[in-house]
Amino acid sequence: MAILDVRNLTLRFGGLTAINNLSFAIEDNSITALIGPNGAGKTSAFNCLTGFYKANEGEILFCGKNLMRKRPFKITESGMARTFQNLRLFKNKTVLENVMSGMHCRCSAGIISSILRLPAQRAEEKKTREFSEECLEFVGILDQKDRLAQNLPYGDQRRLEWARALATQPKLLLLDEPGAGLNYDEKKELIDLIKRIRRELGITILLIEHDMGLVMNVSEKIIVIDYGQMIAEGTADEIKNNPRVIEAYLGKDEEEAV
Amino acid sequence: MSAENPKVMEKEIQKPLSPGRFTDMLYELLGNKRIRYSVYAALVITALVIPSFADNYVLEVFTNAYFYIILCLGLNIVVGYAGLLDLGYAAFFAVGAYTTGILTSQFGFNFWLTIPFSILFSVIAGVIIGGPTLRLRSDYLAIVTLGFGEITRIAARNLEITGGASGLIGIDRPMLFGMRLYQIHHFYFLFFVLVILAIFISHRLYNSRLGRAWEYIREDEDAAEAMGIDRVRYKLYAYVMGAVFGGVAGSFFAVKMTAISPQTFLFTQSAMILLAVVLGGMGKIQGVIVGALLLVFFPEIFRGIGDMRMLVFGIVLLIIMVFRPQGIWPTRRS
Repeated sequence: MAILDVRNLTLRFGGLTAINNLSFAIEDNSITALIGPNGAGKTSAFNCLTGFYKANEGEILFCGKNLMRKRPFKITESGMARTFQNLRLFKNKTVLENVMSGMHCRCSAGIISSILRLPAQRAEEKKTREFSEECLEFVGILDQKDRLAQNLPYGDQRRLEWARALATQPKLLLLDEPGAGLNYDEKKELIDLIKRIRRELGITILLIEHDMGLVMNVSEKIIVIDYGQMIAEGTADEIKNNPRVIEAYLGKDEEEAV
Repeated sequence: MSAENPKVMEKEIQKPLSPGRFTDMLYELLGNKRIRYSVYAALVITALVIPSFADNYVLEVFTNAYFYIILCLGLNIVVGYAGLLDLGYAAFFAVGAYTTGILTSQFGFNFWLTIPFSILFSVIAGVIIGGPTLRLRSDYLAIVTLGFGEITRIAARNLEITGGASGLIGIDRPMLFGMRLYQIHHFYFLFFVLVILAIFISHRLYNSRLGRAWEYIREDEDAAEAMGIDRVRYKLYAYVMGAVFGGVAGSFFAVKMTAISPQTFLFTQSAMILLAVVLGGMGKIQGVIVGALLLVFFPEIFRGIGDMRMLVFGIVLLIIMVFRPQGIWPTRRS
């Protein structure tokens, strides 16, 4: 069954069509990669899915519900979490506080219960803290929980972003270039982590990535887009030999072009 | 140059009493729970015994300082916690003061019964100003709030029910446990209780899901929204909480002064409250209190030098902001 079904998605910025009639489906409990040359519209597609851009046309069905024109926090609430291409941590907050932000939408304490510290609010705070610590442990940086986010090394800041996204208890996790800026060892750990997220937490994953080694290693299905349109879809082997993909990445053979 | 460098660095480290080092020491000291609570207890006891020896003038100044602490803590929720600029905070204080003034003098309400109304109207005012403006970026927000402050004041000057330019006079003194509150030490204790309440509420809100949501929004709105935080709603909450603090303080101000007029709610009032919050340290309860105390005490202490004191006050503020832009007692950034 498809957890996410995108139909005829179109996004225009004035005269520029960033996403053109894009349709694809993500199977439940799968790992899918979205690839394409620079400027193909990958991040724009992510921003449409998570509500940061308002798509002009199309449908986004997530677990059977239409997410079009929903605000980002509503989409997160419904179970779709994302990370950002260039880290967007709360830099002056501690690591634990960063992760606790993800639990916000799973709690409900209001002004009165917070002031009076009613039992329900206290239980909720405890749960928030514990679950956030579990998320930090899952990505392996629990020992850093009291440091300020901005003081972490880059690799750990990446992990913190994943932990924060996991804390929203998503069904589908969108990773925007999770491997960017990581070294070889860190990438290997990332591959392992992505697989563990699916296996142990049962979370479906959709990722944008430029590192083909990483993409080929983790993903069962690859979707290739160029100029906002899907040009190919399939397994790693199918994609590798697809002439349209080769053309998009390497350009047309000169003789053919003439 | 390379030979000199270590020396310079050593000098930096050993700087004896720079403000940074001083607050570090203070933090270390207050980091210990026992010491912290003893210091707080000592401060509360001092505040409680002041009326037994101080004269009416000193009590008046302290009561005024307490009043400003409440206002500053209220504005701190908006500016310090949620990071929204508000240049019209006096408007909320006016709403509370006029609500109490009108209900007691023209409708014969008991003072204590006017407080729920004061809260209600402050909330409405907070929603009116917050609702349409919260999608604006900070600089536009500043202009709109400035306008809102002025509209409130000018409306109060021109409406009949608010007594026009001369305002309302003869607002009834409140009764408490069968005793009429009219002497300055009555109000001293009344405002002291309000300060404790304001600190308590600020502290609880800050250390809750709401306080965190405000801080996430202040740090990075988009990331906060991506984590499932409804930024419009929580910004509105910040405005409403700030408005309630201002409104309640205004109600008590009205019965303490027994007279209010539009002149009380000038833009300078809003600016002074904001100044105290920024000066003390945005988002830090202790800092905001220090800022409010400085705001009230400084001009009083230097009353001897006449009008010059505002000039000196201005220069002192300038110096503090140049050398300590994060405020006297800011939130900790390790």
